[in-house]
Amino acid sequence: MEIPVHLTDFTIGYDRKPLLSEINTSFKSGTLTALLGRNGTGKSTLLRALAGLNSHYSGTISLFGTDMRRMSAQNLARTLSFVSTTRQRIAAMRCRDIVALGRAPYTNWSGNLTAADRRIVEDALQATGMSAFADRDINSLSDGECQRIMIARALAQETPIMLLDEPTGFLDLPNRYELGRLLARLAHDRGKCVVFSTHELEIAMKTADNLAVIEPPHLHNNSTSDIISSGLVSRLLAL
Amino acid sequence: MRRISLTSTVFCVLGVMAILLFTVDLCTGSVSVSLENTWYALTGAGDCPQTTRNVIINIRLVKALTAIIAGGALAVSGLQMQTLFRNPLAGPYVLGISSGASLGVAVFILGAPMLGLSSAGIELGTAGMAWLGSALVLVLIGSIAHRIRDIMVILILGMMFSSAIGALVQILQFLSNEESLKAYVVWTMGSLGEVTWNQMWVMGAATCAGMILAIAAVKPLNMLLLGEEYARTMGLSVRRSRAMLFMSTTLLAGTVTAFCGPIGFIGLAIPHVARMLFNNSDHRILVPGSFLVGATVMLGCDIIAKQFTFPINAVTALLGIPVVIWVVLKNR
Repeated sequence: MEIPVHLTDFTIGYDRKPLLSEINTSFKSGTLTALLGRNGTGKSTLLRALAGLNSHYSGTISLFGTDMRRMSAQNLARTLSFVSTTRQRIAAMRCRDIVALGRAPYTNWSGNLTAADRRIVEDALQATGMSAFADRDINSLSDGECQRIMIARALAQETPIMLLDEPTGFLDLPNRYELGRLLARLAHDRGKCVVFSTHELEIAMKTADNLAVIEPPHLHNNSTSDIISSGLVSRLLAL
Repeated sequence: MRRISLTSTVFCVLGVMAILLFTVDLCTGSVSVSLENTWYALTGAGDCPQTTRNVIINIRLVKALTAIIAGGALAVSGLQMQTLFRNPLAGPYVLGISSGASLGVAVFILGAPMLGLSSAGIELGTAGMAWLGSALVLVLIGSIAHRIRDIMVILILGMMFSSAIGALVQILQFLSNEESLKAYVVWTMGSLGEVTWNQMWVMGAATCAGMILAIAAVKPLNMLLLGEEYARTMGLSVRRSRAMLFMSTTLLAGTVTAFCGPIGFIGLAIPHVARMLFNNSDHRILVPGSFLVGATVMLGCDIIAKQFTFPINAVTALLGIPVVIWVVLKNR
């Protein structure tokens, strides 16, 4: 089986000061990886590069063996989905319509949904536990509910790779755990390669299969237990 | 199912209102014409004095059609800009289209006498120069936007650009004589009554092209509701969509401004009214919906303006400003 995400000699940074340098690593299917690191070490930068939103890097990112730079926008959108930190506030927009936008890489010029598309949208709402909110206005949702809707949208995109930037950012503690468990479920039950960045060491350790820890300019990507026993986490995150 | 019926009900009600106001617009004016005679004038049936027929067909019909096109086109371009810039206070003129048009007109009206040129053909010359001015602004903004990622930077550039052009126009105003100054100021007040049948074809064709682009862009617009980053990760070519929307907005707002002068607040306020009426943010509904609401409101504005012989811009501003205030308070 081909590897969903593979980095080769990946270097990224601003103004000749590399945040990450010569990274060689990969992210596997059916695995939830938490991306950890202190502020300003490049968690977001790395995630955005993986999502195709930042192309100012050297080296290669290959998705299932294909260099990302050579993939068409549509092909890329069918391979990976992205959830950002920003809270969506859109006037008169229902949750179901937001989730339905995830079908964009598959629909025709006007974005008409087929019966199959509608089923996938309902399934995504169900998987994230948001079916009851489908007809609600997005502006009437709490931050946690809104975040779940955006995850449902990514799910409706039906991509083998899901990337999430600080998905637990605005949530309270119980919601953070629940979200971590939801992501783990998506990775394990659906065989997806899920990578999320977070500040929450606790949540990362309790829910993620792998930890990818940034120690500038290196990236240590290994199973959660190995990373913890290596003492890296306590050294870097000052525990 | 309930939403589909709501949407079609709103469309039906708006359609009926538009037809009603269109009829009233034809019948009213300095001389009011009975419904029967208006029908005869339009169809050529029955006997109706030639002067009445002239008034109905060459003045009122053309003006009512202009109102429909102007209101609809400005509303749709405002909708596009609000979605593209993700800003409820964006309108058709954020890119500086009206400033470009006003510069073209200022150069023509104020500059021509200075150079000793005759004012013959002022009618088509004004529209042509306004068009040229707004197209020039689009080319400039487009070439800059191609290199700029952040849409907010483009918004600020558009605003600064407008101010700079405003300063140039002021210099021209200061240097020009009284007569041309008045002609220019009257143009800035807007008017639906300056369009002739010959110009109507040009105006109709250009706004049609703009509407076709707007309809072709409904899916990109829906994706852009979530912002450019999400749109890109869902497979949208943001550059191509931006170019398409800039082009569409210039064709719509640029053409209307060229023929009717800068008409304020319609493009800003109508998309909000449409969103509220349809209770939807789907551009497959909002693009035709905004056009219809814009056309209906503009017909109403024309009727009011005719009754009191006000400049059209004063009426659209007085009706539009409460809507904008409502939007600002609601978004607080």
